Amino acid sequence: MMARRALMYVFLGAAAFVSVFPFLWMIVSATNPSVEVTKGRMLPGTHLAENVTTLFRQVDMVQALANSFAIAVATTVLALAIGSLAGYGFEIYRSRAKDVVFNVLLLSMMIPFAALMVPLYRMFAALSAKAPFIGIDTKASVILPTMATAFLIFFFRQNTKMFEKEMLEAGRIDGLGEFGIFFLIYVPTMRTTYAAAAIITFMTSWNNYMWPLIVLQSENKKTIPLLISNLGSAYAPDYGMIMTAIVIATLPTALVFFLMQKHFVAGMLGSIK
Amino acid sequence: MSYRIRSRLVGWCFVITAVLLICLFYFWPMIQAFNLSLKSGTGTNLQYVGFDNYKRLFTDSTFIAAVTNTFIYLIVQVPVMIVLALILSVMLNDSRLKFRGLFRTAVFLPCVTSLVAYSVIFKYLFAPDGLVNLLLMKLAIIEQPIGWITDAFWAKVTIIMAITWRWTGYNMIFYLSALQNIDGAIYEAAKIDGASAFRQFTTITIPLLRPIILFTSITSTIGTLQLFDEVMNITRGGPGNATMTISQYIYNLSFKYTPDFGYAATVSYSIVVLIVLFSILQFKVAGDRR
Repeated sequence: MMARRALMYVFLGAAAFVSVFPFLWMIVSATNPSVEVTKGRMLPGTHLAENVTTLFRQVDMVQALANSFAIAVATTVLALAIGSLAGYGFEIYRSRAKDVVFNVLLLSMMIPFAALMVPLYRMFAALSAKAPFIGIDTKASVILPTMATAFLIFFFRQNTKMFEKEMLEAGRIDGLGEFGIFFLIYVPTMRTTYAAAAIITFMTSWNNYMWPLIVLQSENKKTIPLLISNLGSAYAPDYGMIMTAIVIATLPTALVFFLMQKHFVAGMLGSIK
Repeated sequence: MSYRIRSRLVGWCFVITAVLLICLFYFWPMIQAFNLSLKSGTGTNLQYVGFDNYKRLFTDSTFIAAVTNTFIYLIVQVPVMIVLALILSVMLNDSRLKFRGLFRTAVFLPCVTSLVAYSVIFKYLFAPDGLVNLLLMKLAIIEQPIGWITDAFWAKVTIIMAITWRWTGYNMIFYLSALQNIDGAIYEAAKIDGASAFRQFTTITIPLLRPIILFTSITSTIGTLQLFDEVMNITRGGPGNATMTISQYIYNLSFKYTPDFGYAATVSYSIVVLIVLFSILQFKVAGDRR
């Protein structure tokens, strides 16, 4: 019995070590010059300030952070608005026709993005001539296709099942319109659902790579993942600097994770309730 | 207007934006992709060629390599990850375990990284002169550095290890939350009946978790069939086409080589077909057996 417990701790310890090690290496490497990193130095150094300076001099990190942030915030706000309105609508105003539409929408979750990228690219390329502000190489072109997701609609619908229907009647008696009920009663009571959905959406947008890689072409439009990917494919990489960039890119999502771990997990599990 | 009809109309107002957007950005492109897949040519100069593109798939060695690689990832990585995640979740569900929160957070931590960020980290860790080779050589486990990125076999191993690192904790959280809903009395009863820990795992835990195992294996399969970020940033599909995936091939056909959108759309339909087939298969294997 004792041996089995010891084995369990060894297994868990090993799993935890393997999981955390790349993070430790990333942080340690961000404080060391590139030469030391290649030599396999595993102790914190004093080169962090230099790495940060080199990074901000070599690439426009501020611009990329601003781009990523603007896109992620806009996507989150729009996706939550659209997804929660629909999830609420499908659940509260249930009808046979709406259930059919809902099930068809769910099918879109099976469509791989790889299958969409060519026609979407052509769609936005065609738009570029007529409406340059939403064509290729704009923030709008990144945001638009990710604004409505079947996952969020499903997530809000599932959570709406737990929303007390008596509150609808109370709202109607108080003379609120249907949209008034949604905005003044539903939204405030479903705060935790919105928080979980916001975290998942923000993270997905912040980390999105494939679609921005295709549509964002100018240097000053690039988002953080594109910038990291470019740095990572350098012929003679400056390891210390690149690790600093990755640390900075990971900070926002890591912060969200540590501050709101409960909501984070709730958002993840939301898809299976 | 009667209340019923009015209420129905209001309901449609709530859902209409989402419905239109999903049609516009999911279903309409799928129809267009099918139309495109019947055409061939470069750039915008396309002609209808019927099903020629689909015939071409079977003789295209890069496509066959990409499908084979994707299958290897799928067959090796998904089961390994699910078993690992199950073992971890059962261990972490043990209320007598010390440092539970710490272990759980550590195993879940890889989920906070972006796919690109962790791919770049793995690329450097597994570089010929990277830390992994350095440590293995120092510990005298190997004499020559292993070509983790440059060797056709090891490059696949590296990709599989990378994905497993990133997603095991994610799946573990699903199992853990399901385990917490299982009544502890079932295990107590099993213990009284003299069932070993292993027997409890195979006869209680696994059957009760079947729906969630099905769910995670379907999402993991869909994810693996679409694998892109990792391959793009760790190996660029190389050496040769040794780690190329279907998604990356579509990307290359459309945006790297001279664009052949028609054929790229054909290849993209192969992923859709594979996803549907695998989902049905997994439902058949794990779904009905009640």
